[in-house]
Amino acid sequence: MTPAQDQEPEFLHAFTIAAHDFAGAGQVSIAVKNLLKEVGFSAQCLRRVAIVAFEAEMNVVMYGGGGGMSVYLSPALVRLVVEDQGPGIPDLDLAMQEGWSTATPEMREMGFGAGMGLPNIKRNSDRLAIHTSPGRGTKLVAEIILT
Amino acid sequence: MPVKLAQIASWLQAQVLCGQDALEREVLLVHAADMMSDVLAFSHPGSLLLTGLSNPQVVRTAEVAGILAVVFVRGKRPSEAVTLLAQEFDLPLMTTTYSMFDACGLLFAKGLRGWSLPERQP
Repeated sequence: MTPAQDQEPEFLHAFTIAAHDFAGAGQVSIAVKNLLKEVGFSAQCLRRVAIVAFEAEMNVVMYGGGGGMSVYLSPALVRLVVEDQGPGIPDLDLAMQEGWSTATPEMREMGFGAGMGLPNIKRNSDRLAIHTSPGRGTKLVAEIILT
Repeated sequence: MPVKLAQIASWLQAQVLCGQDALEREVLLVHAADMMSDVLAFSHPGSLLLTGLSNPQVVRTAEVAGILAVVFVRGKRPSEAVTLLAQEFDLPLMTTTYSMFDACGLLFAKGLRGWSLPERQP
């Protein structure tokens, strides 16, 4: 590892995600995108970060009962930490499968709940860790390496 | 071959809801979907999005995925709040009374293409 990759990311900003705010869902991710746009890295990286943030934010709004997203930055990577106090994910392996979903009709009407959220997050992250257990919420840590 | 938004509006007999001053922008690829996760997973930056959904998440998804403009099919019309949000993101919006299938077919016949999976690439 080069020194730049080794460097622990520094805290940049924390956002609150409101519960069940379907109309406002996505605002935080747009704010994250705008925050990182000022830092100035490639459009492709920015898009990957924004997609991870957006899908994670939708999950917190739809299932997590609200929570927060924190952004960390080092010269080598962006780290997103997304936490909620929701019911947790009973079977994470199942939830990671494309097409598996517990979405309500209301969520589907918004264009979400096709069982692609977590697979989309995985696809756009270079490192992903999800800590969850029933009744104890979910914490997702995603890292995107800057190119 | 890139196509100007103004030309697309004309082919689809679409009404431009916002972004009138951006109709010179050019589109290479088209993505049609009602599932926003599908747009996030499979669309290419700079694509035109055809959709039957008209909620705020369509505009936010477009912003996140780098969509160039949105066409609402089946005569769908977003609320004023959604149009204002699109203006904030500099995202042109149009509405056409063609169905999703017909709108896609019209644009395909004019030479526009989607981004298919690698095994389908020419």
